[in-house]
Amino acid sequence: MDIVVIGSLEPLVVALQTAGYTVVGPTVKDVAVRMAEISSAADLPADVGDTQRPGNYRLTERGDGMVFGFAASPDSAKRFTQPPRQTLARMRGRTFEEPREEAPRVALLGLRACDLAAIAVQDRVFLGRHPDPAYRRRREALFLIAVNCAVPGGTCFCVSMGTGPKATTGFDLALTELAAPHRFTVEIGSDRGAQIAAAIPHRPATPDDLAAAEEVSRVAATRMGRRVDTEDIQRWLPAAHDSPRWADVASRCLSCTNCTMVCPTCFCSTVEDGTGLTGDVAERTERWDSCFSLAFTELSGQPPVRSSALARYRQWLTHKFATWYDQFGTSGCVGCGRCITWCPTGIDVTEELAALRGGTEGTSCIR
Amino acid sequence: MTPVPYRVRSRRPDRADTVTLALEPVTGPCPRFLPGQFTMIYARGVGEIPISISGRGRTGTLLHTIRAVGAVSRALCLARPGDVVGVRGPYGTAFDVAGAAGLDVVVAAGGLGLAPLRTVVRRLIAHRSRYRRISVIVGTRTPMTLMYPRELARWRAAYDLDVQVTVDHPDHAWPGPVGLVTKLIDRIVFEPRRTAAFVCGPEVMMRAAADDLVARGVPARRVALSLERTMKCGVGRCGHCQLGPLLLCLDGPVVDYERAGGLLAVKEL
Repeated sequence: MDIVVIGSLEPLVVALQTAGYTVVGPTVKDVAVRMAEISSAADLPADVGDTQRPGNYRLTERGDGMVFGFAASPDSAKRFTQPPRQTLARMRGRTFEEPREEAPRVALLGLRACDLAAIAVQDRVFLGRHPDPAYRRRREALFLIAVNCAVPGGTCFCVSMGTGPKATTGFDLALTELAAPHRFTVEIGSDRGAQIAAAIPHRPATPDDLAAAEEVSRVAATRMGRRVDTEDIQRWLPAAHDSPRWADVASRCLSCTNCTMVCPTCFCSTVEDGTGLTGDVAERTERWDSCFSLAFTELSGQPPVRSSALARYRQWLTHKFATWYDQFGTSGCVGCGRCITWCPTGIDVTEELAALRGGTEGTSCIR
Repeated sequence: MTPVPYRVRSRRPDRADTVTLALEPVTGPCPRFLPGQFTMIYARGVGEIPISISGRGRTGTLLHTIRAVGAVSRALCLARPGDVVGVRGPYGTAFDVAGAAGLDVVVAAGGLGLAPLRTVVRRLIAHRSRYRRISVIVGTRTPMTLMYPRELARWRAAYDLDVQVTVDHPDHAWPGPVGLVTKLIDRIVFEPRRTAAFVCGPEVMMRAAADDLVARGVPARRVALSLERTMKCGVGRCGHCQLGPLLLCLDGPVVDYERAGGLLAVKEL
């Protein structure tokens, strides 16, 4: 049983809870879809859609009752793989202890193909040359349920990054939501996925179900709001370091760090130190940091290496799309479009890359 | 990411703002290290910074020469014998001292850059006969800020090393040359195409020295620099120490000039 069909999500949620997982899925909070704990499938945002444009995100009413009828939300899986704050070490007197808190067993319901690709990127960062045991524990305690995108957002470009819209790997279960009648195909991606699927009412998928699911992904792939030409990008982007386009984009960049906070792969962090009032216990806390912050490259007694917004934007974009390959053997971008949607001034990485590439190839066009 | 407790075995002031701490694990043996590698040293409740290893102490301790420039380095400089600090590492790439066998060797240091290079020179003189001419050129702000003056004198006297020092600001008693360390390259003897160079100091000094050496014919791949950027983790996960494609905690701190030259030439990379 590789692909089965279920009519309702409630038994799936119950089966996950029974298996000891806290189920986290999309919910409507304030004016956005956010990943939060759900107690039943009724907490999922039925009938909610969204429109996404550079610097713009609005929820809409779909009118068709679909449960996953929206694109990437500001939340990815990053908060769960790499918590915004985590205690690294605690010192009591002369003993240094690593907090070995048990990782919470969480089932993430509703991850998109881009989110799974982002987890694979983070795996390379945190399980590479110096594997992080805390990351591994968290990662192994996560149960990943993907949903294949039906309606990509206006800022999506996963097709050109080769990461979607269909989830092909890295999940325990992958759902495709189908209409008339409302149902879900469930593709099984792991043994524990198979155990959960076996525990809920299902029927085998018919050729019609499979064709309908394929059609959802095929249509979604044609509806990408944007694209990036990735050919040879590892070579030409770092070489474009003196392009005038950097000053242009820097004049629009606020260095607000939004793009790095919503990015599902941005992993940079800093460490804060402190002691209790009595001084008996000292603690080291790691928290998310951003290469857009001025202090990021500050050495004591020297000015920051990247003191201009130009240099900081150039670092972020070049790292994400090019030098990430040198460091981790993969692109740092998965094409989710979050950085475009959540940029307060609407900077569009796909547009910047096209302009930068155009700048580097301008002369060859004339020839 | 959890530091290992190390005891401060001894503390020796080098200069007004610089001390050398000899550190040893509270339990267990001192780890092995290679010349040019660094450790992350943690001052309880204050923070953690990368510090190059500046030698092996007489009882096998790890020596770290630290200048008080920020909150953590100030706290470390104030550490007393018996105090416990945290250490992770050694981390990073090393100077390929053995690879310089059969070659002339130029060691060029600026200021505190002499600290990691001292481990290079100590390895060179441990196997003096493997190398041809060895020159150690050192630039420092004033005669008073010269690091390890007695050891420099010993190298000069005992090991057939050409050791030369220049200062930016001489005092009345200073008998030697004045100016940048690159000036000393004129005064040493080496056969450029058969030379390996080890360079550490402020970035502008390293670039000037490396450019000069390469211009004279030393292959850029045999000019090794020790680069410095902010580091929070030392293990490639905090992102702070990037220099273009390099994560300097993993791909550095020691990088050859063939690799580093183009990167250092880009402003604010």
